[in-house]
Amino acid sequence: MNHAGMAVRACRAALVALCCPAALTLSVALSGCDRVENNPHPSGSEKTNTMFVPFSQRSPKYLDPTSSYSNDETPFTYQVYEPPYGYHYLKRPYELIGRTAEAIARPRYLDKDGKDLPDDTPGDQIAETVFDIRIKPGIMFAPHPALAKNAQGEYVYHAMKREDVADKHKITDFPATGTRELTADDYVYAIRRLATPRIKSPSFSTMAEYIVGLKEYGEAIVETDKAMRRDMAPTDRDLPFLDFRKYPFAGAEALDKHTLRVRVKGKYPQFKYWLAMTFFSPIPWEAEKFYAQPGMAEKNLTLNYWPVGTGPYMLTEYVENRRHVLERNPNFHGETYPCEGEPGDKEKGYLADCGKPIPFADKVVFDIEKEGVPLQAKFLQGYYDSPAIERLDYGTSYIVAMGDDAKKDKEFKEKGIRLPTTIEANNWYLGFNWLDPVVGKGNTPEQAERNRKLRQALSIAIDWEEHIAIFERGQGVAAQGPLPPSLFGYRSDGPSAFNPVVYRKGPDGKPVRRSLDEAKKLLAEAGFPDGRDAVTGKPLVLNFDYLSAASPGTKAVLDWYTKQFAKIGVQLEVRATDYNRFQDKMAKGSVQIFFGGWLADYPDAENFLFMLYGPNAKALTGGNGENSANYQNPEFDRLYGQMKFLEDGPEKQKLVDQLIEIVQNDAVWSFGYFPTSAAAYQQWISNGKPTQIVRNHISYLRLDPELRARKLAEWNQPIWWPIPLILLALVGAILPAWFAWRRRERETAARTLATTGAAT
Amino acid sequence: MINYLIRRVGYGILILIGVNLFTFMLFFTVNTPDDMARMNIGGKRVTQDAIEKWKVERGYNKPLLWNAEKPGLQKLTDTIFYERSVQLFAFRFGASDSGRDIGYELRQRVGPSIALAIPTFLLGIFVVIVFSLLMVFFRNTYLEFWGVTLAVFLLSISGLFYIIVGQFLFSKTLKLVPISGFSGGWDLFVFLALPIVIGIVSRLGGEALFYRTMFLEEVGKDYVRTARSKGLSENVVLFRHVLRNALLPILTSTVAVLPLLFLGALIMESFFGIPGLGSYTIDAINAQDFAVVRSMVFVGSALYIVGLILTDISYTVADPRIRLS
Repeated sequence: MNHAGMAVRACRAALVALCCPAALTLSVALSGCDRVENNPHPSGSEKTNTMFVPFSQRSPKYLDPTSSYSNDETPFTYQVYEPPYGYHYLKRPYELIGRTAEAIARPRYLDKDGKDLPDDTPGDQIAETVFDIRIKPGIMFAPHPALAKNAQGEYVYHAMKREDVADKHKITDFPATGTRELTADDYVYAIRRLATPRIKSPSFSTMAEYIVGLKEYGEAIVETDKAMRRDMAPTDRDLPFLDFRKYPFAGAEALDKHTLRVRVKGKYPQFKYWLAMTFFSPIPWEAEKFYAQPGMAEKNLTLNYWPVGTGPYMLTEYVENRRHVLERNPNFHGETYPCEGEPGDKEKGYLADCGKPIPFADKVVFDIEKEGVPLQAKFLQGYYDSPAIERLDYGTSYIVAMGDDAKKDKEFKEKGIRLPTTIEANNWYLGFNWLDPVVGKGNTPEQAERNRKLRQALSIAIDWEEHIAIFERGQGVAAQGPLPPSLFGYRSDGPSAFNPVVYRKGPDGKPVRRSLDEAKKLLAEAGFPDGRDAVTGKPLVLNFDYLSAASPGTKAVLDWYTKQFAKIGVQLEVRATDYNRFQDKMAKGSVQIFFGGWLADYPDAENFLFMLYGPNAKALTGGNGENSANYQNPEFDRLYGQMKFLEDGPEKQKLVDQLIEIVQNDAVWSFGYFPTSAAAYQQWISNGKPTQIVRNHISYLRLDPELRARKLAEWNQPIWWPIPLILLALVGAILPAWFAWRRRERETAARTLATTGAAT
Repeated sequence: MINYLIRRVGYGILILIGVNLFTFMLFFTVNTPDDMARMNIGGKRVTQDAIEKWKVERGYNKPLLWNAEKPGLQKLTDTIFYERSVQLFAFRFGASDSGRDIGYELRQRVGPSIALAIPTFLLGIFVVIVFSLLMVFFRNTYLEFWGVTLAVFLLSISGLFYIIVGQFLFSKTLKLVPISGFSGGWDLFVFLALPIVIGIVSRLGGEALFYRTMFLEEVGKDYVRTARSKGLSENVVLFRHVLRNALLPILTSTVAVLPLLFLGALIMESFFGIPGLGSYTIDAINAQDFAVVRSMVFVGSALYIVGLILTDISYTVADPRIRLS
């Protein structure tokens, strides 16, 4: 084999090496111009009327309506269950409407003898309020095996033995399903079930104070349950069916098939908001009986994982920590998209689908996405229709990112990503513990006055406008008081919009923060001139108990707080622990200054002001109360006691104004800010109005699958050319080695040939 | 050999008990059952009653290791340690602390873990052996130098970096594979392509250097010189003779790892959203779910012990001179 032959063979090899990857690339490229390779969903699914959204961390823990209370559970519970009331999707301030109820029931007031009282009777004279709620007739449950009946009218799955359940792991493993009409008894059952000792209902302690007889009923049910389980070990998972139909109580009853009566102690105007929460979802007794059979609990076949409801969707797939699927309920009684909203809705296009039947989407698929970076990447690729269907913080972080980075701004705008904003009923504040001797109430009137001046000085020094500018990139509004703008009680010309302690009116009438000199003056009057104790000369050191462990992410904000206090000469020590320890400290009342926040349960001023009501003090209620600052002010408590009975109106407004003035003067909170919330939707999702109060909003979202498929193909064209290049590079690296090997193999032979050839 | 195996299995059981005890001690030094209850119940529901109830339902209200109040043998048996550990040896894992059935989850998740682990393992072995043999073949040339440099370079970079860069390059920029996710059927290949490649590349450096050392040791021996003087070509010498003799140390590292493939790669599964046993374990650690953690540790230890026993048996197959007794 001479050199020429070797060269030819080498060239041939190189050509083959080159052609293969090229051919591969060509074939793939030609196989389809609109074929995307990086779709994490089944191919073709983007053309169907299915919404794809992620859920983070892990699967929702409680889908049982009695115990569900967490934000991440609401996309499932509020689409599957229907409490009597709901909120109008578009109107602001939020307005309650009937969901299964025909209308919002007018409360009837009774005195202690059961006689009707006029509507304007003062709240403390009312002994009982009666709500008679008419349920719409003809509402059917979604098909479910618990309701399945055979030809003889007997329940198919109510007499199962352990072996029958052995091979079943999900609700779709039961082939037969059935349905029946929703009745008022289902609501009564659910209200009784709030008292169950087997699950902890977060609403029970509050409801036990208000619903007539619920507290005693709870105690009785505990005994009944104990008797039932007397011979069972506490670790037994198959508990006998606790049939609440057998145990009535006075507070909730069904007057007829479609009328629910609930009796509430005294006057509690906010009760109507509770009727919009899933605690009051109807529960069919058949579902409880079905799930209480032997072997069901250990297969996770319980109401906690497989809800049974009348809502627009039903849960058909539950793969833990992987995927959940909501599908259209074929038996849904039907609702239509609203035709009115708030001013500006028409221009934003929110009224375009007026009168159309909802829900629009046939299916909603929730996939787990544990890390934030892949989540955002997939959202930008178009594979998720929204980064979080139940939260408004992603949208805000995207707006912030767009402000920081021109490239991101361009990308978001080109992809037509919608980021509608709103200021929700959500606040963040810095609280001073009333029980603390230095920043709290103070034991004597003189001490109280000094402490108050200290708090006021600190309130002036903490520059929340700067905080918003740095850490929220301008997405927020500094709070003047405890009430956020979207609630009744907030007046833009009242004390809720202007805090005279911390601000003064500027030349254009807008609040301007008071100067540091004024803060220093107040500090001196408090007994700490220049941050040193006037008597002992010791520097004033205050403790900031932060709610999570210090990490690189929180360093910047903790440094900022230290700087704010240092502006008037006060030293701030940060005590950061993990959240469990923080909660312990709060429950014991051993914090000095803390950072807290609140997301409204319902749109009523009472839901914010109750955090300053004396009896709700956290340290006095074993950590259960929401008055984290343990604030005690008899005048506040007195006025609050009056305010909480009133329906929205001028009288309530007056009291709210007075309450706000009291807390502004006492400066028990440095009022912090109300963050801007923004939803994030792709351009093919319509009607996405941002909201944290309306939780059954998924039914109102309409998606355009054609547009989505087109955009996905446009945004995700695969780029193949680097692959053959990489292969080529590998071949190029190996080629010299191959030559060297061939040369070495032939070396001996070549040498021998050379010598013998020379010899012959 | 049978005696040997029985002895090893006996030691294995003792090791498992020890591992169980150790995990137990570690876990409960950091957490008390109260902490676990609080974490599990979460949020506003946490009252002392709820915590007590949670503990009673799961048997956590008993003492940890020694129950002084009970008579006789119950001092040992009426404790959290005994109750929760004995079931494990019967492979009855029971319910996790959040109430889900562990055995069922294990069976569901083994599939995806294996689907990722086996191709990574097999292809990885193949690539690593070829790479290290090539380095040995081309020893004392520029190829060996650059090969070793490349191996050291690959070894020095963290696995996480490969994952992040791989996702950025192939999923985000080139849009060739999905960023993460999983599904059954033919789509499997698309989801696993990138994790398998990254799995191989991240291990390539360290293992190639290790194998190269083994091979170089063999290459210096007499029988190799004999083979060469007989006129055998270099690749026959390497692939047929050196490889077989260098097999023992290689076997140690690979056969022992075989059963652990079932456990999955924790980080890979997390980042690529593969619902395997690895991500199950990480979720349980984050949620402080002791029931799941101890089950996974038990399963892992048992598999590791099985793997080591298999390794010993494979020695007798690879090298007839070895006898186990």
